[in-house]
Amino acid sequence: MRPILMKGHERPLTFLKYNREGDLLFSCAKDHTPTVWFADNGERLGTYRGHNGAVWCCDVSRDSTRLITGSADQSAKLWNVQTGTQLFSFNFDSPARAVDFGVGDDLAVITTDPFIELPSAIHVKRISKDPSEQTAKSLLEIRGPVGRINRAVWGPLNKTIISAGEDAVVRMWDSETGKLIKESEKETGHVKAITSLSKSADGSHFLTGSVDHSARLWDTRTLTLIKTYVTERPVNAVAISPLLDHVVIGGGQHAVDVTTTDRRAGKFEAKFFHKILQEEIGGVKGHFGPINALAFNPDGRSFSSGGEDGYIRLHHFDPDYFHIKV
Amino acid sequence: MGVRIPMEEIFAKADELNFDLTQIDLDSIKLPPGEDFGIPSDDDEEDLRLEENLEFEAGYGNVIVVDHLPCVPPEKFEKLEGVIRKIFSQIGVIKEDGLWMPVDPATQKTLGYGFIEYNTPQEAELAKEKTHGYKLDKTHIFAVNLLDDFDRFMKVPDEWALPETKPYTPGENLQQWLTDEKARDQFVIRAGNDTEVLWNDPRQLKPQRAYHRAHWTESFVQWSPRGTYLATVHRQGAAVWGGKEFNRLMRYAHPQVKLIDFSPGEKFLVTYSSHEPSNPRESHKIVLNIFDVRTGKVMRDFKGNADEFAAGGTGGVSGVSWPVFRWGGGKEDKYFARIGKNVISVYETETFTLIDKKSIKVENVLDFSWSPSDPILALFVPELGGGNQPARVSLIQLPGKEELRQKNLFSVSDCRMYWQSNGEYLAVKVDRYTKTKKSTYTGFELFRIKERDIPIEVLELENKNDKIIAFAWEPKGHRFAVIHGDSPRPDISFYSMRTSHNTGRVSKLITLKGKPANALFWSPTGRFILLAGLRGFNGQLEFFNVDELETMQTGEHFMATDIEWDPTGRYVATSVTSVHEMENGFHIWSFNGKLLYRIPRDRFYQFLWRPRPASFLTAEKEEEIAKNLKKYSKKYEAEDQDVSLLLSEQDREKRRKLQEEWEAWVKKWKQVHEEEKIARQNLRDGEASDEEEEYEAKEVEVEEVIDTREEIVHYEEDDADN
Repeated sequence: MRPILMKGHERPLTFLKYNREGDLLFSCAKDHTPTVWFADNGERLGTYRGHNGAVWCCDVSRDSTRLITGSADQSAKLWNVQTGTQLFSFNFDSPARAVDFGVGDDLAVITTDPFIELPSAIHVKRISKDPSEQTAKSLLEIRGPVGRINRAVWGPLNKTIISAGEDAVVRMWDSETGKLIKESEKETGHVKAITSLSKSADGSHFLTGSVDHSARLWDTRTLTLIKTYVTERPVNAVAISPLLDHVVIGGGQHAVDVTTTDRRAGKFEAKFFHKILQEEIGGVKGHFGPINALAFNPDGRSFSSGGEDGYIRLHHFDPDYFHIKV
Repeated sequence: MGVRIPMEEIFAKADELNFDLTQIDLDSIKLPPGEDFGIPSDDDEEDLRLEENLEFEAGYGNVIVVDHLPCVPPEKFEKLEGVIRKIFSQIGVIKEDGLWMPVDPATQKTLGYGFIEYNTPQEAELAKEKTHGYKLDKTHIFAVNLLDDFDRFMKVPDEWALPETKPYTPGENLQQWLTDEKARDQFVIRAGNDTEVLWNDPRQLKPQRAYHRAHWTESFVQWSPRGTYLATVHRQGAAVWGGKEFNRLMRYAHPQVKLIDFSPGEKFLVTYSSHEPSNPRESHKIVLNIFDVRTGKVMRDFKGNADEFAAGGTGGVSGVSWPVFRWGGGKEDKYFARIGKNVISVYETETFTLIDKKSIKVENVLDFSWSPSDPILALFVPELGGGNQPARVSLIQLPGKEELRQKNLFSVSDCRMYWQSNGEYLAVKVDRYTKTKKSTYTGFELFRIKERDIPIEVLELENKNDKIIAFAWEPKGHRFAVIHGDSPRPDISFYSMRTSHNTGRVSKLITLKGKPANALFWSPTGRFILLAGLRGFNGQLEFFNVDELETMQTGEHFMATDIEWDPTGRYVATSVTSVHEMENGFHIWSFNGKLLYRIPRDRFYQFLWRPRPASFLTAEKEEEIAKNLKKYSKKYEAEDQDVSLLLSEQDREKRRKLQEEWEAWVKKWKQVHEEEKIARQNLRDGEASDEEEEYEAKEVEVEEVIDTREEIVHYEEDDADN
């Protein structure tokens, strides 16, 4: 498995997202320009210029026409995927972070960080079919818990919003009323900040990664813990294979601690685990910094990883990957 | 805070205002309650000062009672007080008003006893030691006691009563772990606040917990040399634990104990503490206790300044080389010795006194070591008088103190002694100056202790300028290994004390060139050795068979800091302790270098195999077993196979169960998912397709004409034939 190295960002990667068909790969980084690539050969297709701060997260609509990005410049922007023009900008009083389109792409959830006096918050916006009718009005605003929310996604039928963040708790909110429905249990939950969250292809379960060196798999409806995967390093990124019962977990020694001697010491590996048996299957090395972002191609035949080192590595699986016996 | 005004200023001001301060009763001035006009109260400060002193006031541990003083009339009182003060202030600082001699109100004479209060209990303790029995004159011999002890003495009943005979309660079998059916070994680990004793279960490829306890020790744990006890260290002293449930067997009170050391036969335990002196110019006070492990009785204690214990040796803990006392005379714990200035003091454990009541005088002795099996001391004396008197290594037999053998050495810069574990051989590594005195080179003096007259052989490496990085004897064997050369890729040589036809000559077996190793770990049964590159080499490991002179396996435990063989020589543990921030944990390897399992643990401090006592089998019997190993191993191989079959069966079962659980869960989800299908479609404006399903991947071939060019290709017939 020889990876394709994609060098287009000048700063650490923050997020990766494939479109539904799996032909396009969108990448966000701490430089200010989200980029789109051909997911097959890693050619760069274009960039979305307009943000003035690190871009933390993005989502693409089901029909691959619109892209939403959340940035530290206190805005979330809507883009025309094809032309790269900015359609709308939601402006906030604090940095925006997680963004996610709901089922049907009519709704989007955007989270903002705690900033000076402001607490973290979850905003729900209606996305108009016609960009000219788009307004900045929030349908709902939930005042978040203490600490940053690192990721928020929609639950089944847009009825719930699931958020996870620095306080190590996974929460489920009612997307109509903004009421807190459920919290992950203290005994089974993470013990340190949750850095990442990724849904399965059918949305039935999701995986969270945490600085506590573990990743955990949850039921989307009941928020019960299903599985736990333990690694030796803080987890920054997680992804669930849509094809096989595999999950991939990335991370590594925290960037500020990396200065010590050896590359091997950091364990900047994307680790594969068997989703059901919770056993480690293998690892993909290559980055020379922690892995910040992971994404599976929707066909499950390739995956990409983005690192603190500014590279995206696109891996097409060898045929024998599909016959791994555990 | 208010401003302080000196009294003079106040008087000046009063003069200026023309009224007489002496007329004012200052005490009659009252401030309104709750208002201080910014004047700080002196009382508060008084309280503070009292608080500072409080720690000294607690208890009377720092007070001694001196009895048998002369009874003197008032006119001689001051003189006596002067004498007493002089005697007792030599030992420590007597507190202000810390000397009190009561006077009989009827006769005005002193009562013949007095109290002295020191700043610290340690000083009082020392004063009691040093002045008890002090002869002021013929009739006045001091009797000194701690005030705290008086209560105890008062409680002694006047009538002697027969001590109660306690019924005998059989003790636990402290060697129970040796009866493990699977002949497994135990080890103790310390990680975070937890201390765990685990069975090494190589068949299951994981350890099995035997005992666990959080906050078991306050600094470290240590096995006794035969593995019977596990010692823990606390602020109040040390404790030993043992038996199946690791019950506490005994406690050894020793406040602020820092280090402990068992005698080889685990009969005695030496504890050590050092205390800050009250006077910063003095050196640290040191207290050493030797306990009987089973009864907990203090057999002997030693107290003194750090300087007295720092002589000789090569550094160690705060100037003291640990262990201070080295045990000799084999497993019987007969002797222990320590080095002092120009002396070696050897004590015997019958009476815990010096042999012949005096130390062995050796001018300038720098280092000594015991033979591991016999009461023989090897000691090293460096050159004296600028080389006029050569350096020497001598062997001294105890208890007679006869010199068995002596070897003079010239232009020596340093010496290290290495005993073979059976005490058959002694290797002395000698660093000598070259003629110019600018550099040094190294040679070995090899003593054959068990042979007549103790022949000595000199061994120099082929390149004698090579630096020696490590040296190790084969346990119970006749071979040794040396790492020599320059650091990035030094060479490793193996030597034997015999040649094939002459048992009295050293021969070289092999030199391995350029190995990334800096430490040697022989298997406790000999024959196999682990060549390890710790620290700078990142944990490179090479498992080497010295019988066959071949490498069995190489491996790596990245960043490994510690390596230890299990007592049977079947397994090796490599660990990364918390000197590194990352990678903490341990790996277990088989003797031939197969990695069996890995356990990561954050904040990993210690890994110690539980030692085993020596085997009861005779050498002949052991040899017989070794000869018929096949017969014995058959049984174990069969067991191994059974276990592995059982394991894979269990494993399959577990996996099947997990898979079933998962499928049940997925089925439930699918059902709900199906029910919501319509709702989902509505959300998507009636778009039929659901997530994963019915979109069709069409392959579209796109042809693009990039360039058109005409070329004439020459066709040659010869080529066509080929």
